[in-house]
Amino acid sequence: MGARHRRQGPPQSSELRYTANTQLEHLHARYTGTGHADLTKYEWLTHQHRDTLSSIVGHPSLASYLAIADGEAVGRVKFEMTERMLQPCGPPPAKDD
Amino acid sequence: MSDTPRLVDSFTAPKEVLQEFEELAEEENVDPFAETASKRQIASRQSDYHNRRFNRQAHESDDAFKAAEEGKDVDGGYKDAMRIQLLEKEEQRVRRAIEEKEKQAREEGQAKMDLDKTPPRAEIQEAAKELAGTKRKRRWDVESEEKENKTETKGGEWSKEALEEAAPKKRRSRWDATPADVNVGETPKRSRWDQTPVAVPDAPMQPIIMNAPGFMHEDKHNRYLTDEELDAILPAAGYAIVTPPPGYAPLVRPPKFANPVTEVGGFQIQESSDAAAVAAAQGLAPELPTEIPGVGSLAFFKAEDAQYFAKILKEEDETELSVDEMKERKIMRLLLKIKNGTPPVRKTALRQITDKAREFGAGPLFDKILPLLMERTLEDQERHLLVKVIDRVLYKLDDLVRPYVHKILVVIEPLLIDEDYYARVEGREIISNLSKAAGLAHMISTMRPDIDHADEYVRNTTARAFSVVASALGIPSLLPFLKAVCRSKKSWQARHTGIRIVQQIAIMMGCAVLPHLRNLVDCIAHGLQDEQQKVRTMTALGLAALAEAAAPYGIESFDNVLKPLWVGIRLHRGKSLAAFLKAIGFILPLMDPEYVSYYIKEVTIILIREFQTSDEEMKKIVLKVVQQCAATEGVTPQYIKQDILPDFFKAFWVRRMALDRRNYRQVVETTVELAQKSGVAEIVGRIVNELKDEAEPYRKMVMETITKVVASLGASDIDERLEVRLVDGIIYAFQEQTTEDQVMLDGFGTVVNALGIRVKPYLTQIVSTILWRLNNKSAKVRQQAADLTTRLAVVIKQCGEDQLLSKLGLVLFEQLGEEYPDTLGSIIAAEGAIANVVGMTQMNPPVKDLLPRMTPILRNRHEKVQEATINLIGRIADRGAEFVPAREWMRICFELLDLLKAHKKGIRRAAVNSFGYIAKSLGPQDVLQVLLTNLRVQERQSRVCSTVAIAIVAETCGPFTCIPAILNEYRTAELNVRTGCLKALSFVFEYVGPQSAYYADSVVTMLEDALTDRDLVHRQTASTIVKHLALGVAGLGCEDSMLHLMNLVWPNCFETSPHVIGAVMEAVEAMRVTLGPGVLLSYVLQGLFHPARKVREVYWRIYNSLYLGAADALVPFYPDLGELSEGQNVFDRHPLQMFI
Repeated sequence: MGARHRRQGPPQSSELRYTANTQLEHLHARYTGTGHADLTKYEWLTHQHRDTLSSIVGHPSLASYLAIADGEAVGRVKFEMTERMLQPCGPPPAKDD
Repeated sequence: MSDTPRLVDSFTAPKEVLQEFEELAEEENVDPFAETASKRQIASRQSDYHNRRFNRQAHESDDAFKAAEEGKDVDGGYKDAMRIQLLEKEEQRVRRAIEEKEKQAREEGQAKMDLDKTPPRAEIQEAAKELAGTKRKRRWDVESEEKENKTETKGGEWSKEALEEAAPKKRRSRWDATPADVNVGETPKRSRWDQTPVAVPDAPMQPIIMNAPGFMHEDKHNRYLTDEELDAILPAAGYAIVTPPPGYAPLVRPPKFANPVTEVGGFQIQESSDAAAVAAAQGLAPELPTEIPGVGSLAFFKAEDAQYFAKILKEEDETELSVDEMKERKIMRLLLKIKNGTPPVRKTALRQITDKAREFGAGPLFDKILPLLMERTLEDQERHLLVKVIDRVLYKLDDLVRPYVHKILVVIEPLLIDEDYYARVEGREIISNLSKAAGLAHMISTMRPDIDHADEYVRNTTARAFSVVASALGIPSLLPFLKAVCRSKKSWQARHTGIRIVQQIAIMMGCAVLPHLRNLVDCIAHGLQDEQQKVRTMTALGLAALAEAAAPYGIESFDNVLKPLWVGIRLHRGKSLAAFLKAIGFILPLMDPEYVSYYIKEVTIILIREFQTSDEEMKKIVLKVVQQCAATEGVTPQYIKQDILPDFFKAFWVRRMALDRRNYRQVVETTVELAQKSGVAEIVGRIVNELKDEAEPYRKMVMETITKVVASLGASDIDERLEVRLVDGIIYAFQEQTTEDQVMLDGFGTVVNALGIRVKPYLTQIVSTILWRLNNKSAKVRQQAADLTTRLAVVIKQCGEDQLLSKLGLVLFEQLGEEYPDTLGSIIAAEGAIANVVGMTQMNPPVKDLLPRMTPILRNRHEKVQEATINLIGRIADRGAEFVPAREWMRICFELLDLLKAHKKGIRRAAVNSFGYIAKSLGPQDVLQVLLTNLRVQERQSRVCSTVAIAIVAETCGPFTCIPAILNEYRTAELNVRTGCLKALSFVFEYVGPQSAYYADSVVTMLEDALTDRDLVHRQTASTIVKHLALGVAGLGCEDSMLHLMNLVWPNCFETSPHVIGAVMEAVEAMRVTLGPGVLLSYVLQGLFHPARKVREVYWRIYNSLYLGAADALVPFYPDLGELSEGQNVFDRHPLQMFI
């Protein structure tokens, strides 16, 4: 939906159209977690949560810290974090339009 | 008699002068683009074979799969295609027979003429008629004059017999021809559309050129007559309208004209725009339109385009058009925009046509695109664009293309044999997409009829297309079909094409054939014993291609064909033997070393027999096979020396071989390969005497071989006697050359360098040769002698012959007045090479004399001279600057400034580096002064290079020597100077890296000024400085000043000029490295959800690059947004709130 909105928006600085900067923007759009001017609060925060969770899974010391705090096995903590990455902030809010 | 000078009684201007004037006169009204324009046209550039594509006929087939689903019969499918193909074959046979007969008849007639006695009058007349007939190339399909006369004498033109007579027998070879009119015999009744026109008494007869290549229905003069028009022309009584035969449907519906012709012979005024379109269609309009209604302006418009786009050239009342007609015009407009428009226009049109492809439908689209691609005046660019359209459209249409597969193939297949690589790739791409869209079964049923087509061209392109299908859909899915085709009993052409498909698959897919190698080999193996020679040859070539693709694996797959191949070489002669040998040559390298020697022995007998061949092609293949044999592991040096070399040298080391370029190369390559096995001495010993041969090309061939052999194997194998002969031969060959080229020079250099110290006894002789040649009157010879000196300098030094070197140095020094720049460049390079090996202190002439001599030469504009000079000066500045007075160096500095704007990058680099060396020896102050002053000059190139040189000086002499001077210079009021200072500073910080930490604080105030300047370029360059500075000081504790600079850079993020915003973004990114992503995030968060979209867009761009650079590091810095939670959405990051 983002792409559609962007096309309808005001023409973004037309002299930038044909330069390396647009390519940069295209490049950005290929990665998960990057954003654009029409990103909603929900989408942005979902990405943040996923990043946080993957960071915990990816740093062993952080994972074991949480495991101790939670009184769980490290494996269990990692598993739960991974599970939670699916809709970490709950289901997406209903669309207005 | 001939010795006495001829006395001429009149004088005139020399012939060549007259000719020159003539040419001058001609040149005045010559179109300089005419030649290139015709070269751009694909058809005019290509061979007759390529242009056979215009003879092809395409058929349409319904989508058999869809029809079967819907349970109805398919018309115009596989059956029809096969029938047409049979007819074509028959037609070709008849044509050939007729040609044969005509030729025979002509020959007989001429034989009569040839007799000595005067032939009787009747015979002469007959012969004259015959000759007149042959003047125009007689084609069987052109109606003869007699026939026409006959029809005129007959009563009614529309009588049945006349109909039969007048109906054009010619089968249209155009792809868009209606297939129905082919079978004349089956449909005796014909519709009147393709009738020869009637001779109306009061109007001159106008031919309808239906079959002209550029024929189109829109053309007013050449279009079909409509019913109304015919009614108007013909009397009402005595004629009946014959109903068209059942199943006949004209491919293109005759267009309805807004104003039908009501009066014949009367005068009518055409609408002006209409008239223009017609005139344009006929190529009469002198100026072609560049502005088309509904299309806008175009980049160009050709006369031929007018035919295809006539409908949209004139203005029409759109309300009267039907939906289909509107659609057609829309497609035409888009195509015209794509084909002839400027890039932005083209881009949008291409997107529109892609988006609407399914809406337009396959039929209307391809009916417009494909004729354009068959246009004879098509140019590369247009073809590329149209092919691109097909590609895009294909993707969208998917299985809707099925009815058009053959039509598309007819147009695209020729690309597969195009000489242009990119055209071939495009063709492959399209066919591969086409086969994915249409599916294997449909592709096979469409292309099957072409497999045993009568025309070799069609079979060839079809085979290539099939190989593309195989690579797109996988070899296994095509294998059953291939097996069947290769075993076809019906025609040898089918087998031939089947095997060719396998060959093409191997060539195209390379080692990807390995998993299917056995199947593919088995598929074609039986072809080796086929009764048709062409099939056997093709099989051998196919095996060769497979073996080449599979190398070095897969010998076990070839087990079955080894015997037939090796038996075959004893049975065959000529072309097929060549093919068999080729296959063997490629299979040999796959074999195990222990078996290979047996097979090689078997084949060697034949090879040696074929050494004597006079066939060029065979010669090349034999040489190649010998090369491949020699390269295998199993063959012993002993065997090569005894059994191959004697005959090989007898057959191929003859003068004649040196004359043909391809033979020459092949012989050299093969000999070098043989040398790898048999050793240097063996080969060089055999050919060294030929260095004194009287034929120069042959000497060259010998020299090249020796060069390559010695370069790869060294000279340690060469004994003393051979060494004498070799050096002697080389000197002889070098001296005797008449065309000075690289081969002799390289050979001399390589051999002498390989011999190394062993060459000492000959050095005196060699050097005296050089010295003598340095004084030769030919500039080329002098240049070569100097080049040779460059190559020998190292060896002469190795041999301890410093005396000779200094002698050479002196002579070269005296030669510096040389006037030919190429030669002068070589001489300076030679002097440089000597200085290099001798060292600056021992150099003779002494450096203090040499350098002042170089200073004026620096002004020489020739690149080679400049480069050699600057290299020599740079070396002296590097190693022996102290031998030259400082004043001289300063003079050189000024001269060097000019070189900073040289075209060649190498020269600019060398000049910049020289500044560094000179500054190092003199101290930077003076040089820096020169460079800073140079910032005031006009040329940008020169200023940019000065800034680079300043940076180099800073790097070699320490930043502290330069930065104060730069900061001081920055205070000048001139804009160029200030920009130059900034630029220099940017390079300085780029080069010095972490050292910048010491200078960060001292440049902050200047950067403050630059970053708050009104001038964009100032802020851009300052941002670049900040970037290099920030990257340089990362982790070195300069965060405070960096943060200050960051605050100054940040507001510039709203700039829109591409270079400025690029520099600012990079500076921000560098800040992420220095300050850490957390700080940056706090800046970015301010604007991510700003009410103004323009702000959001910029901030998100920065956020994205920040995120991509340090996603993980951002996690702890994200703000806690738990308070925004609503309903099911909880935004607290609970795991981060845990603690022990």
